[in-house]
This record gives sequence, C-alpha cells and structure tokens, in this order.
Amino acid sequence: MSAFMQSFLALRERKDYAGIIDSIPYARLMGVEFEESGEDSLLFRLPYYERNIGNTLLPALHGGLIGGFLENAGLIHLMWVRATLEPPKVVDISFDYLRSGRPQTLYAQCQLTKQGKRVANMLIECWQNDRAKPVAVARAHFLLS
Amino acid sequence: MTELLDTLQRWFVSLPHCATLGFEFIGVEDGKPTLKVNYRDDLVGNGSNGVIHGGVITSLVDTTSALSVFSHLDSAEAMATLDLRIDYLKAATPGLPIYCTAECYKLARQIGFTRAVCHHGDPADPIAHGVATFMRGSSNAILGGDATGAPL
Repeated sequence: MSAFMQSFLALRERKDYAGIIDSIPYARLMGVEFEESGEDSLLFRLPYYERNIGNTLLPALHGGLIGGFLENAGLIHLMWVRATLEPPKVVDISFDYLRSGRPQTLYAQCQLTKQGKRVANMLIECWQNDRAKPVAVARAHFLLS
Repeated sequence: MTELLDTLQRWFVSLPHCATLGFEFIGVEDGKPTLKVNYRDDLVGNGSNGVIHGGVITSLVDTTSALSVFSHLDSAEAMATLDLRIDYLKAATPGLPIYCTAECYKLARQIGFTRAVCHHGDPADPIAHGVATFMRGSSNAILGGDATGAPL
C-alpha cells in the first residue's frame, strides 16, 4: 500500500478530516472541507474564497474549480468507503453546469451508482442554498485497481 | 490574433482562479489558443506520487476552450460552460508544465462546440482530452471588462 493510502486510512480512523485535506495539496488550495453525514456518506463544503472566482463581473466561481471540487469529492468518497486500496484513477468525468456558482459556500455529495471489480461509476452533485437546485452534476468512472 | 482575443486572453488569465493556478497564455495558431500551467507543489492531487490534480486540468480545459470560442467572434459576449467532459489518457508527469490547446470546431448561433488536448509539449502524446459546449449570450454581463469590472 502506498504511503499516501496508509496515511489516508490512519487519518480516517481518527476522523481527521482536515488532515486528509492537508494530504491533498490542491484540495487544500481550493479550501475544501468535509465531514461524515451518515454511514458511508460524506458532505463536502467549499466556503467562498475570492481566489476561486472565474468571472469577476457576475461574480461566479470558476467552472473548472467547481469541476475540481466535484472530482476531488468523488476521489475522497471512494477511498473513505474503502472501495479501493490505492487512490482511484479518474478515467473520464462529465460535468453538466446547471447554474452559476455564486460567491457563497458550495456543497457536494456523492452517490456510488455502481461499484464493479475494476471500475466504479459515480454521480456527484453540488449545490448552494437549496439542495433541490444543483449548481453542477458530474458523472465519472474511476479505475479501482 | 484578433484584438478581441488579445484583450480576452489577458482578462482570462488574470481572473482570480486562473491567476491562483498560474495560467499563462502561450499563443494562438489557426484560431486555436494554447494556455500553459507550470508544475507547482500546491497543485498536486496526491502527495505520494506528485501528480497534478485532475481539477487543475479541468480548469485549464474549461478556460482554453472558452477562449477558443472567442477566436471566432468579433465582439465580446457572455459565455457559460454548458457541459464539459474530460478523458484522462495518462497521468501527468510530475515536474513538467501542462499545455492545453483548444479548438472551437463549430460555432452555432447559440452554442459553441469545442475540443481540447492537454500535453507536455507534444500534442501527439496527450495527457487528457476534453470536449465542451458553451452557451452564447448567457447573461447581461459582458466578458472582458477592464480591471475595474466595467464592460468593454
């Protein structure tokens, strides 16, 4: 097992959510936070930071940043539920942008649609004030081995 | 390069998120813009192997693809990403800069269709491939305003 995965599982044992984010430099740069929200369920949060803005006129969060937040949520979720013993690899990810991301906290949650032996299919959704009004949704395939 | 594209590439790479990631405009050839992001420790996705996080590639593809639509336009207009798909063909090599070249291969009245390739300097050996669609005239805010936020 890689040093990264050993460290991840130790941090998971202690529920050291911030420690996990610190082990993923880009997630720390974005400013991601998360915690358990039920059995095998995680709630991801991205508080608003000016550095994440992609359109200064609206203003709105950068679409690529929203994508990175969703992809990162999927990766952490898969490792958290121990779908894999090594960090999964993204094969492909498809984003639908439904609303612009306003300068406020963005939330995300993942749904493991299917976990096969080698590939997992996942649905990842993010929203702001209202869960029923998603900002973006992602569908992704992850290689597990 | 059109005057509009030159104005917009400056504006795009100066946007807070793009500046945070360190995006640089390299140039445009046959209407296909190329952006670059240098390797940096704080852009890594996994401390063990030093590979750049996929999210950085997503932002690079989104930004370069949006710019490629503007290379077909004569005046600034608001543009929103409708959807974006990325295929990760192989892991990026730690330490190397990543380039993205995008092409708007069809500009329709309301939608721009784009494709993009990310690579380490040889487009024939790609790291990632992206396809996206952009909604034209997506809001009243005109892109490419000056530093004060005033529209062009």
